[in-house]
Amino acid sequence: MKYVLKKAINLILTVVLVSFLAFCAFQIIGDPIARMLGAEATPEKIAQLREELGFNRPVMTRYLEWAGNFLRGDMGISYSYKLPVAEMVLPKLGTTVALTLMAFVLTCVASISIGVFQVRLKSARIDRLMTVANQIIMSIPPFFIGILFTCFFGLVLHWFTPGYFVSFKEDPAGFFGYLFLPAVSIAIPKISQCVKMLRSQTGAELEKDYIRTAYSRGMNTGFAVNYHALHNAIIPVISFLAVSLAEMLASCIIIEQIFTIPGIGRLLLSSISSRDFTVVLAIVVILVIWVIVVNYIADIIYPLVDPRIKVSK
Amino acid sequence: MNKKIISVLLAALMIFSLCSCGKDKGSERKAANEVVIGIAQDLGDSLNPYQMTAAGTKEIMTNLYEGLYKVAPSGDYVPAVAEDCNISEDGTVYTFPLRQGVKFHNGKEVTAEDVIYSFKTCLEISVDSSLPAVLQSADVKSEGNNIVITLSAANNDFLAYVSLVYIIPEGYSAEAATNPVGTGPYKFVSRSVQESIVFEKFDEYWGTPASIKKVTCKIHENSTALIAAINAGAIDLVPHLTLDQVAGIGEGYDVLEDSMKLVQALYLNNAREPFNDVRVRKAICYALDIDEILKITAEGHGSKLGSSIYPAFSKYFDESLVGMYPHNVDEAKRLLTEAGYPDGFSMTVTVPSNYTPHVNVGQVIVRQLQEAGIKAELKEIEWNSWLTDVYSGRDFDSTVSGFDASTLTANALLARWTSDNKKNMIGFKSERYDELIAKATVETDDAIRTQLYKEATRVLAEEAANAYIQDLAEYTVINKDLSGYTFYPLYRIDFTTIYYK
Repeated sequence: MKYVLKKAINLILTVVLVSFLAFCAFQIIGDPIARMLGAEATPEKIAQLREELGFNRPVMTRYLEWAGNFLRGDMGISYSYKLPVAEMVLPKLGTTVALTLMAFVLTCVASISIGVFQVRLKSARIDRLMTVANQIIMSIPPFFIGILFTCFFGLVLHWFTPGYFVSFKEDPAGFFGYLFLPAVSIAIPKISQCVKMLRSQTGAELEKDYIRTAYSRGMNTGFAVNYHALHNAIIPVISFLAVSLAEMLASCIIIEQIFTIPGIGRLLLSSISSRDFTVVLAIVVILVIWVIVVNYIADIIYPLVDPRIKVSK
Repeated sequence: MNKKIISVLLAALMIFSLCSCGKDKGSERKAANEVVIGIAQDLGDSLNPYQMTAAGTKEIMTNLYEGLYKVAPSGDYVPAVAEDCNISEDGTVYTFPLRQGVKFHNGKEVTAEDVIYSFKTCLEISVDSSLPAVLQSADVKSEGNNIVITLSAANNDFLAYVSLVYIIPEGYSAEAATNPVGTGPYKFVSRSVQESIVFEKFDEYWGTPASIKKVTCKIHENSTALIAAINAGAIDLVPHLTLDQVAGIGEGYDVLEDSMKLVQALYLNNAREPFNDVRVRKAICYALDIDEILKITAEGHGSKLGSSIYPAFSKYFDESLVGMYPHNVDEAKRLLTEAGYPDGFSMTVTVPSNYTPHVNVGQVIVRQLQEAGIKAELKEIEWNSWLTDVYSGRDFDSTVSGFDASTLTANALLARWTSDNKKNMIGFKSERYDELIAKATVETDDAIRTQLYKEATRVLAEEAANAYIQDLAEYTVINKDLSGYTFYPLYRIDFTTIYYK
């Protein structure tokens, strides 16, 4: 219980700090008035609107007011769209989360199977080859893979139409189909990192005495890897995957631009350029919560995998 | 076992991705009498009829909103919610009898109260700069079924402004941003930010009924994605494309050429040295080779301009002004020497970086100015900075940009260059020009008025207020099965005229 409380306080403090910093950043880059009123705005109109929206008041007052409303579940109204922010952000969040989770599932499934496959390899040459290939793939950023995919699968092979995103409501199969390649682009570098980790961790475990004892008891390699070495090697991998899940959401922001997926990443960038604070702040807070919650879940999983780890520390 | 799971999973996902592209969506839409229009920018502003700022929003929302009068493809203003308009002798009293049985999309019938409310709300919250000024001096009253508007002084462009006061139900302004309701041929169905906005034919529309049942405007901010979506048959109609974009369009589409309806020029800061000297401004005009600009940036497409009126505005366009400053580097150098700059001078050409056509033209201009001995330099800035620094702050030497007309009146393009106009970004000062515009605004005889405006455009050309370039060519791509798309002399995408052959 104490642990949950500690995490909750941690979450609140981070949200407050990050949202305040984001709030301050907008004081520097200016307000959205000019854009809202267009090129033909008269100075009187500008002054009037600034007054209406309260841009004349001190930062602290406005921040507290925003935070108060936010706590009450009111994310405010978008300056440019004049729509309630919650109504704009939440449907987009679904798309981004779906993309992140797809990438995550791909990473988990692919990396653990490839990792185990590599560990159990008999041939040292193929093992070395895989390690080198892994090293290369690991260093390609997701956005570059995304660009290659759009060119190759979209423009050369015509397997999909870049930019022709369909929403889940319209066509669920089409929705997941469209998200597949972006998810793969995000997953690929993570898969290689994870495989490398699994390979070295399991390798180290296999050198240990208890494995030798296991062999002497007549156990075969498969059993030793699957039931002993892997079990011990998986702890750091889980923490790596947890961190990845947080990072993947960040990768989505860029990948969404490349595949033109209308998720929160695209909304975030366009809102920054149109100085639409309320939308930006809502998204930033969501991202912060995501990162912290994901780490929290990882913390809960550890003791389940390895009872020696206790959360009460 | 793991591997089996993966292979099944991957295969399943692959099949998903394949089925998403295989279907022939075009004929499906034809059967359902639906059209998908691709638009290159999000409707990133309010849908409130009086607070729309982007041209891209207005050109679509005019299918939903109507004023007492509205603009026709010919450029004339024709009755809409009003049945007619009677103007008093002296041009100050306008009487609009309301059309019987005009219904809002919510089923309510339009009453005089709705009209009065619309005029009042528009005056209060409009973000347009000139409209509230006009409405301020107008007294709107209802007399039975008539709307009577009394102006403090005659204004020949008044009907154009009336067409911008979209009629909405009484008390509806606050809700209009999220669920717009008007009297137009199409009604609002749904909107998803950065994805799409959907309209449906309004069955109780008072006028000629539209043919297409459902219109979806799909937002594709990424130009490559937009072209790919056209080639995949996912879109039926895309306006405002450039020559490069059209080049990549496959079969099954017609390409219609049109102009952007804006005045693109190298706008010169007349208030700043050395551009306050007419000889320097003329030298810049002579230094520019417009034909070369068009050839390099648009393979020769585009209509050349001589003043602040574009050719689609045929009534006021004076063709004789177009060739006033032919390309002549020697003449440019001679004028510069005469003005006291034998070795040229340094200047920056500011361009808004998000408008590729302006940036491209800016690049050619910089080179041409350098050939004439002027040390020109290109400066790309963000659109927000352009608005605050260049447009409002007037802190610039020269800028390549385009001005469009908010209403189909000469004043929409010309009034801004009068000396005391707040929108006179270039600080142009000419007593004769001010006088001509002032006279034209109150002149009631149409022929004389047209002549006065034409003379005013000649003043702009003779004074070389700006180095005028072109009205850019643009293209509309349309599904070969569709017909009837109509161009307007100002920004407008009319859904009503389109139909499946």
